[in-house]
Amino acid sequence: MSGAAVALESQFKRRRRRRVGAQILKYAALAFVALIVLMPVYVLLVASFKSGSEADPSRAWALPEVWSLDAWREAWNGEQYGLLPFLENSLKLVIPATLISTFIGSLNGFVLSRWRFPGSDLVFLFLLFGMFIPYQAVMIPLIQIFIDVDFPDGIPRLVFAHIVYGIPITTLIFRSYYATIPNDLIEAARMDRAGMLRTYWSVVLPISAPAFVVTAIWQFTSIWNDFLFAVFIVTDPAQWPVTVALNNTTGSIVTPYNVQMAAALIASLPTLIVYILLGRYFMRGLMAGALKG
Amino acid sequence: MRKIRRWGPGLLLVSPSIVLIAIFVYGLIGWNVKVSLSDWRQSQQTTGFDTGAYSELFPTNTGEVDDFVKGVATGDQSTTLTTDPGWIIDLHHALLFTVTFVGGALLMGAVLAFLLDKGVKGEGMFRAIYLFPMAVSFIAAGVVWRWLMNPAPGDRSTGFNLLFDKLGLGFLGNEWYLGQTWGAAALAIPAVWALSGYIMALFLAGFRGVPEELREAARMDGASEWRVYRHVVFPHLTPVTFSALIILGHISIKVFDLIVAIGGKQLITQTPAVYMWILIYDSRDYAKGAAIATLLLVGISVLVIPYLIYTIRSERES
Repeated sequence: MSGAAVALESQFKRRRRRRVGAQILKYAALAFVALIVLMPVYVLLVASFKSGSEADPSRAWALPEVWSLDAWREAWNGEQYGLLPFLENSLKLVIPATLISTFIGSLNGFVLSRWRFPGSDLVFLFLLFGMFIPYQAVMIPLIQIFIDVDFPDGIPRLVFAHIVYGIPITTLIFRSYYATIPNDLIEAARMDRAGMLRTYWSVVLPISAPAFVVTAIWQFTSIWNDFLFAVFIVTDPAQWPVTVALNNTTGSIVTPYNVQMAAALIASLPTLIVYILLGRYFMRGLMAGALKG
Repeated sequence: MRKIRRWGPGLLLVSPSIVLIAIFVYGLIGWNVKVSLSDWRQSQQTTGFDTGAYSELFPTNTGEVDDFVKGVATGDQSTTLTTDPGWIIDLHHALLFTVTFVGGALLMGAVLAFLLDKGVKGEGMFRAIYLFPMAVSFIAAGVVWRWLMNPAPGDRSTGFNLLFDKLGLGFLGNEWYLGQTWGAAALAIPAVWALSGYIMALFLAGFRGVPEELREAARMDGASEWRVYRHVVFPHLTPVTFSALIILGHISIKVFDLIVAIGGKQLITQTPAVYMWILIYDSRDYAKGAAIATLLLVGISVLVIPYLIYTIRSERES
């Protein structure tokens, strides 16, 4: 072998070695971040399966010696800390609010992308701004209105608020989705002299399933996790959704920490399950939330 | 006439939403501003016009505020103040929180996306892990993070401090969110945890949006991989970075749930949104609560309105 070839070969080797090193470094960095992201989950799980006697701060990072379901039982329907009634409240709130706001978003999105009228872009902008406002800026008058018109207290007020303030985001997701439908489909329906509702019903709605899933997941997650509206609007503790109840349970230092952790897990399970099963759609909703993504 | 028949039904179908948003967003914002300019300071509502609430939030004499801040830092709080001292502390917290949170999430998101960009085995799994905190409420996350960042000393110590002790890194132990100076930065850690995955997803979409031909062309010209990124890929990421900044910034200004879940109502963790809540629920000071809400709205509008206009305009162009 000539000297040049040897030099070249060793250069290749060095490069390859460097590339392998970079790869290892890359995976190590990714795995390290993944571990840190999952650390809270480890803590939650480990603590929630400890019995009361084991739930001592000094052993906090260790696995439970005896795996116990006591904390889960207590946080689920225990006399003092049971979350079950509040989970029911959250369900009563999240189901109608999600369905109705998703449907409204679909109609709006259809009109604003496919059945436009003069100024429809301005109308879209007008609606969209409602997505970014801090809801504190409407909260005092909103509560005042509910009292003035004698709106049924508790969950109905929350359902109403989530529907109204959900209009911008649901409209946005559907509008972007419908913008991707081929124009020919709509034009063909128009040629057939199909009216707006008929076009929506027989042409657009049948191909809307993905957008419905994306929007419903988005609304489900944000309404289930909402704390701000609930803590301002609901005055009757019996009607609290689970976030407010959880904050109330865990905000007190007398609550054993294994019960706190189990409660946090229970309150998060519905959205986590949706995320695990439908993560792909969840992601699309997030991207739509960023407008241009 | 025929034209109206063509677009009339569309307008009609959207009009309920227009009316609802007109009333419940714009109308109530106006009403809130009116409350903030009233003298509704206690349970009794009157109709008088009063700018008192704002004058407590805007210092008329900045020297006075400087003295106060120095006083807090040195533990000497004898200075009297016409500006609301709680509010000044809130603003400091908000600033520190915003810098840590926006900077941290942006950096983490960009680095993770960069690492994932060129294809990694198990990319789907990594992405799913980084993104999952978005599905968890700040209230539930706050429960764990309050425990992880518990500043309790000695044998009552838990969370990170205990972990550091066990790993022989005890010097890293600190007061976390209860620290006088850096508490608000510690509060931003869970927020970075929650949002980094989202920002990663945004950046990843940005990276992948760069046409492969461009990268290839640069490689053909003999550019190293790093130079391809620097001169071809990164310049394409400006719009994504802009979006990410706006999203993080507006979350930061509004931050409420997380602070309540971790710090409750303590002054040492208080941010403007939390103060507004306390003012309304505990002090029944509606005018000042409304004034803070108005300022939050102004802060967010300054960020968001140009962004919305820019978005709609670039959508029209394409």
